[in-house]
Amino acid sequence: MTDAALKSGANAGSLTDHREGMAYLETLPRKLVTVYMPLAIILFVLLFPFYWMVITSIKPDSQLLDLENSNPLWVSQPTFQHIYKLLFDSAYPRWLLTTMTVATAATFLSIFASVLSAYAITRIRYKGAATVGGLIFLAYLVPPSILFIPLSAVIHAYGLFDTPFALILTYPTILIPFCTWLLMGYFKTIPYELEECALMDGASRWQILTKIVLPLAIPGLISAFIFAFTLCWNEFIYALTFISSDHNKTVPVAIISNFVDGDIFRWGSLMAGALIGSLPLVILYAFFVEHYVSAMTGAVKE
Amino acid sequence: MAAGSFAAPPETTAWSRLMVNRNWLGFWFMVPTMIFLVFFLAWPLLLGMWMSMTDMRIGRGGVFIGLENYQYLLEDSDFLNATAFTLVYTAVASVVKFAVGLYLAILLNNHMPFKAFIRAIVLIPFIVPTVLSAVAFWWIFDTQFSIFTWLLQKAGILAKGQYINWLGDPFLAQCSVIFANIWRGIPFIAITLLAGLQTVSPSLYEAATLDGASGWQRFRFVTYPLLTPIIAVVMTFSVLFTFTDFQLIWAMTRGGPVNATQLMATLSYQRGILGGRLGEGAAIATAMVPFLLAAIMVSWFGLQRRKWQQGESND
Repeated sequence: MTDAALKSGANAGSLTDHREGMAYLETLPRKLVTVYMPLAIILFVLLFPFYWMVITSIKPDSQLLDLENSNPLWVSQPTFQHIYKLLFDSAYPRWLLTTMTVATAATFLSIFASVLSAYAITRIRYKGAATVGGLIFLAYLVPPSILFIPLSAVIHAYGLFDTPFALILTYPTILIPFCTWLLMGYFKTIPYELEECALMDGASRWQILTKIVLPLAIPGLISAFIFAFTLCWNEFIYALTFISSDHNKTVPVAIISNFVDGDIFRWGSLMAGALIGSLPLVILYAFFVEHYVSAMTGAVKE
Repeated sequence: MAAGSFAAPPETTAWSRLMVNRNWLGFWFMVPTMIFLVFFLAWPLLLGMWMSMTDMRIGRGGVFIGLENYQYLLEDSDFLNATAFTLVYTAVASVVKFAVGLYLAILLNNHMPFKAFIRAIVLIPFIVPTVLSAVAFWWIFDTQFSIFTWLLQKAGILAKGQYINWLGDPFLAQCSVIFANIWRGIPFIAITLLAGLQTVSPSLYEAATLDGASGWQRFRFVTYPLLTPIIAVVMTFSVLFTFTDFQLIWAMTRGGPVNATQLMATLSYQRGILGGRLGEGAAIATAMVPFLLAAIMVSWFGLQRRKWQQGESND
């Protein structure tokens, strides 16, 4: 992929660079050494583990553990047995379903709460709104690795231990601060005059929010959704601590704990599991990449 | 931000009634957020601090023992080593992530074919759940079947049948986990800094070049000052999340070999949850707080100072 980009880069070259200020000063060979080569190397390093994951998950066991007679970088007889076993012979679909349910529920809860709080902070501007905004931002800086021990006590006390609710209710503490800040940025860009007119016409705040603000903030809502969903999928320490039974596990936790029999690692299944577990996010990302990148950079610039 | 950015609306009865109710209205809108953040964040945070001063264990409540847990930890070599490694892990990984991330951002800021596509695939290591990519690294650093070992053998640097114990040797294991952390962190930093770079007007570079500035001088005196605010924010996040990392270590080494890659978070899990000594685990977790506050303060005051130097009007 990068090779192709490199080659066509060599053909099209800097001739097409009319927009960049001083690009005409850069000759092609110079750009090849200063830009394309280092870029290709970094991209190679960033993507290699995924290639390695794919190749391992379709390699027959005989080739997997025999580095003498086969080239580990290539598969001569690809097999889908690891993937087949994973999907039809293990609890993997169940884990995927759990992860999906938890992530979706936690995401919707968080977005509901974040929309309300972001709207209240940016638009209703009640007394102390700025302080509350600051506190919510601080909440984002409290990492789960500080909270998981007391939270596990809380989860036990509420009777939620080993249920999906333990995760659905705790993930929003990570997601709400993030989504609130993201949505605050979007709400600020919506002209206030629109709301003022509606207020004068007697619309309630709730009507303004659902009929005027939210339709205009749809790009922001999509970004918040993708981010929240990705964060849920990535969460590990809460899922590891609050869930004990096999069938309630999320994919990351199950991958770590269920694919190792003593000292025997089932690398093929392990890699297939990691690969399939990443796919939903990669697909989601592929569809909304523009939202993703702009929201990520926007959220930090705030 | 919150007040005074709009002209006062004309006085009507409906509007003034709303002004009276505004605080209550704001309160009702904040209720769902507050429920989550109070019950599952603020309360556990306080509870954690209290637990760190008890001898609570799984299955039985604890009694207040003051700072005994902390006293014990200060004499515990495992805790001290974990703290030291957490600091090294954070420092090395953050510095390298920043350097490579900035370099990658500058490379991506060049005009090139398939620009959007390349930028999109750069982010993939950041999208994929950490544990799942950490599992790939676990396999990449496998003792017998590591691809690195195979390459070194093929290149004749290693003799046939000779292995490198990547995750079994304390020092190599430390290097391996730091490498994996850097790998995962680069995309986020690169893409964010790229966004910052794109706000820098090309005419500034042209002017600097006409004045005879070298490439390094253009970076040092044009790019860097304009990028400082975004660097401060990105690096605060990066340091914070590297310092409290858990999943990468847990997936690759579980703190081993002989506690060499133990971070404070993993030690806290091991003592608190696996070992059942909740009080001690909570104390280890709480011990991270001062470090985190320090990291936040540094960037906060760093930003304030810059604003003061440049004058607020520059924004």
